Amino acid sequence: MDVIVCVKQVPETAEAELKIDASGKKIEKTGLVFDINEWDDYALEEAVRIKEKFGGTVTAITVGPEDSDSTLRKCLARGADKAIRLTDPKFEGSDAFATAKILHSVIKTMHFDLILTGAQAGDDGSAVVGPVLAELLGVPHAAMVKKIELGEGKAVVNRELEGGLEERLEVKLPALFAVQTGINEPRYVSIMGIRKAMQKEIKVMRLSDTGLNESEVGESGSWLKIEKLYVPPVEKQAEFLQGSPDEIATKIVEILKSRGLI
Amino acid sequence: MDFELTAEQKMIVETAAEIARDFGPEYWREKDKKHEFPEDFWKSLVDAGFPGILIPEGYGGGGMGMFEMLLAMETLVSEGCGLAGEWFLCLSSIFGGASITKHGNETQKEKYLPKIAKGMEFCLALTEPDAGTNTLNIKTTAAKNGDEYIINGQKIFISGADRAKGTVLVTRTTPVDKAPKKTLGLTLFIVDLPNPAIEIIPIEKHGIHYSKTFEFYINDLHVSKENVLGEVDKGWYLLLDTLNPERMSFSAAACGLGLLAIKKAVEYAKERKVFDAPIGAHQAIQFPLAEAKSKIEAARLLNYKAAWLYDRGQECGAEANMAKVAAVEAGTEAVYHAMQAFGGYGYAVEYDVERWWREINLIRLAPVTHQMALAFIGQHVLGLPKSY
Repeated sequence: MDVIVCVKQVPETAEAELKIDASGKKIEKTGLVFDINEWDDYALEEAVRIKEKFGGTVTAITVGPEDSDSTLRKCLARGADKAIRLTDPKFEGSDAFATAKILHSVIKTMHFDLILTGAQAGDDGSAVVGPVLAELLGVPHAAMVKKIELGEGKAVVNRELEGGLEERLEVKLPALFAVQTGINEPRYVSIMGIRKAMQKEIKVMRLSDTGLNESEVGESGSWLKIEKLYVPPVEKQAEFLQGSPDEIATKIVEILKSRGLI
Repeated sequence: MDFELTAEQKMIVETAAEIARDFGPEYWREKDKKHEFPEDFWKSLVDAGFPGILIPEGYGGGGMGMFEMLLAMETLVSEGCGLAGEWFLCLSSIFGGASITKHGNETQKEKYLPKIAKGMEFCLALTEPDAGTNTLNIKTTAAKNGDEYIINGQKIFISGADRAKGTVLVTRTTPVDKAPKKTLGLTLFIVDLPNPAIEIIPIEKHGIHYSKTFEFYINDLHVSKENVLGEVDKGWYLLLDTLNPERMSFSAAACGLGLLAIKKAVEYAKERKVFDAPIGAHQAIQFPLAEAKSKIEAARLLNYKAAWLYDRGQECGAEANMAKVAAVEAGTEAVYHAMQAFGGYGYAVEYDVERWWREINLIRLAPVTHQMALAFIGQHVLGLPKSY
């Protein structure tokens, strides 16, 4: 089973104080810590588990700047066999569609049984790259995947829906699954893994290696352009629940369930 | 001078931080309160291969150095584990792993190192009630009897002896008065535990309740000559290769504890408002923390230098002792002032800093007292007459 995992390096924003940079379209990156996108971390772990169970290879691939190597090294240390970094100044400003095109240009030349991506990225949160990539490759996809069971030429997956519901699908392989957090428990990078990772090569590819032209990538190849990035004004909202304690408790449970919190 | 960490070293730091995030202060508050060994924490360290950092790759380890070990320990401690982030790795990887890697024969290396890399716990049976820091004065004797040795004696403050599956046991094979030099006549043995000839009695402690420390009685313990670690009668010189990294480990712990306490105090001092301003706006809070932070950063560099020398097989005693002096002073100062910043809450268990205070108090007493480290520097670095 050959699995390709698409990963992205993103800033850790949970505890950071974010600032908008002078362009007004990006966040100030100075002082931020970058790491593998949380959802991709689960996708990688799932891929490594599949390899451990069924054999085959895991290839991690990213579109990003040179310092994305630390994310790729982490993937290699966790059990990926190969890593590819797609880097070119012309890729700058690519939206989800353009990013999917860049990934597609390389992945279409590779053998794969399965592609895993995170359901979304922690920075832009667009949740689109995976599905668009699947469309470009002409393979089926499922998003928000919480469980994968592999069979002969097919997979059965559970998708997370709103309100705590799950949907079970049978999907023909090869396919792309965009995984949700919690699908597994990602392992720690191990000392032995770190040692092995340093001996593996990260293949770097540029625009000229993709067969795409300049107009297909970056801002010119994108459907979306960021006009402005800003911190939304703080609003205080409070909803008072009415009724008996039992009724209020029931309503609270419903609200929490509807937001996927319990 | 290149201060940039390699990609490999950065990954060790990241993994250590990730583990520390999963086992933060709340976890240790509970383990300390319940006097409970942190099974799942140790399992995570083992899964991540941390006990094998110093063990050569051929024996299932990472084949890295003391510098990498210090990075791991310091990060685990400072990112939330407190002293535990150093403690268990020191017991198994320094006392067992470093000692056997440096001085074990092929059979011993094959027998123990792969197991230590996979989490076999170890301890060091060195300190004695009548010898203390004066290791050369130990009374535990190993008498040669054909192909074996019969060992008798008493040890004290042997941490982890309840769980350890092996110990490096320090004995005298030639009495002090018959040895050509005082520093000759000590012999190290590797002994599997538990052993019916060894009885252990727990010592109640001031802190670190998640790990037990023991009195350790040895009554007619028979061990084969195959169990000798290194050369007979040369144990003192071999022991230094274990004691110096032990000092470095505790310096890393002192720096880590100081950084952890400062971080928590700064968070608190930014939020806590009294007299219309956050308390951190006042120099009485700010300056002591700033001073301690500066001293910790200096101590860390000295400790790294000690590790750098050790990893190159060079003499590192002076640096290891000076780093220990600097680290324990800086770390203690940091935890003290962090506790002050919390005011009355500093005394509440819930705020954790009181636990770190109990933990850092160990480091001025062990692995060597602050005064004995100063005496070493006075005598061996400054060339002054022996003061004791």
